[in-house]
Amino acid sequence: MSTPYYVSPEQIRQDKEDFVRRGIAQAKEVVVLEYRDGLLMAAENPRKTTFKISEIYDRIALAAAGRIAEYEILRVVGIRESEIKGFRYYREDVTAKWLTNLYSQHMGAVAQAWDAKPLEIELLVCELGAQDAPANSELQNNRIYHIAFDGIYSEEEKYAVIGGRAAEITEILEQRYTDGLEIAAALQLVTEAFRTIEANTEDNYEITPQTIEVACLERTDERRKFRRLSTDEITTLLDF
Amino acid sequence: MLDLSDYGTSDFFQILKRRHPELLATFNASDVAANAYTPEASFQPYEGTTVLAVVYNAGVVMAGDRQATEGYQVGERRIQKVYPVDRHSAIAVAGAAGPCIEMAKLFQVEVEFYEKTEGVNLSLEGQANFLSHLVRSNLGLAMQGLIVLPLFAGYDLKQQRGRIFKYDAIGGRYEENDYYAIGSGGKDARTTLKKRYTPEIDRQDALAIVAEAIWDAADEDIATGGPDLIRKIFPTLYTVTEEGVAEVPETTVEELYRDLISRL
Repeated sequence: MSTPYYVSPEQIRQDKEDFVRRGIAQAKEVVVLEYRDGLLMAAENPRKTTFKISEIYDRIALAAAGRIAEYEILRVVGIRESEIKGFRYYREDVTAKWLTNLYSQHMGAVAQAWDAKPLEIELLVCELGAQDAPANSELQNNRIYHIAFDGIYSEEEKYAVIGGRAAEITEILEQRYTDGLEIAAALQLVTEAFRTIEANTEDNYEITPQTIEVACLERTDERRKFRRLSTDEITTLLDF
Repeated sequence: MLDLSDYGTSDFFQILKRRHPELLATFNASDVAANAYTPEASFQPYEGTTVLAVVYNAGVVMAGDRQATEGYQVGERRIQKVYPVDRHSAIAVAGAAGPCIEMAKLFQVEVEFYEKTEGVNLSLEGQANFLSHLVRSNLGLAMQGLIVLPLFAGYDLKQQRGRIFKYDAIGGRYEENDYYAIGSGGKDARTTLKKRYTPEIDRQDALAIVAEAIWDAADEDIATGGPDLIRKIFPTLYTVTEEGVAEVPETTVEELYRDLISRL
């Protein structure tokens, strides 16, 4: 009988992390930022039916970067678990914090399993604050949770970016983001950031209303706050 | 780890049946003794009645009275019997109030779940067919007298018109072209609609005949509630058009009834 090779836990973790970093480095970015009327989400995505940003529940949206097949199944499972919870209790009992924990546990378990490869994805779970909550209540606040491939998550404020060049976009937002932006200004800020990083890249990806995907969680009277913006709407907002 | 096994289905009802049967009303013959429910029995669930729908030139009006009875008593004066489903459809329910409301809620979640997971809306025809399964799954309860009958209506975006579907207790699905009413006052409401309805009727006239039909049902049927001008409780009316589902404001409904009463 041969003796198995010994590999230290640190080494295993490092290998997995390197593997995922290489995958995520290829992924185009997704940005979420707070604007005056809610949360705006935008991604570089020329496709018209394969989305990186999607509706999960009344006030919750999911944005993902990385392998589509891997986050698509988490998107559907997130909708399923949210609907089951809302059906069992009450729709307002479904929260981004709960959903983030669910995703985090799953992604962490996959990343630690000895016989599975870690998921090559990063997620942003976004939640619009409850506008009917008492003024100055915590419930009024929007929530943004950033989940890494290994399930470790952090709570972000004002804006968050995932994808290969997330650090560069974050740097731009740090300099230029201000509170209370109108939706048009917020979208212009994101597209400018996309253009800036694309200018430093060789593949000449052109940022136009046709090549970005935009959605928002908007304070309206509707129960479902998620809205996908059409190419026409994006064009109008960018010309504004 | 999350259970990813039912990824392929967009059917929320099926997922609940498999994973959370405790959330579904699965009463059967052994749960409800065969003679447990008669109008004289001590066990008297709330019952909701008269709901109706009328096709008009821009879509369809759907309405219901607000009363639930408990045997020969008024159980509830403000019950809601009409529910929006998606942007272009609505369901109204008559029968045992508890299971009725549960069915409307489950149906709404089902349609929305399909829309979110698949990224496209379930067609009106698809929604109407699915509702058949839900009604049929309630057969055990129906056999005990706890019947749930929905009326389903919506705006068909492909055919550009309002459509109405009615059901029987075993899930049979039948389309009505112009109007229909179900519940204990349904027959009285239908009589009014039969006399008043004209093809290509406009919104204002459709709302007026709907209000009148509920009035007549309440007049003849003890289980149907009419407008309550003292408590300011009025029947609920919804319109479903290409623009979406909209509730007719209570002030408009009150005007409809004040107008009707002034002509009596």
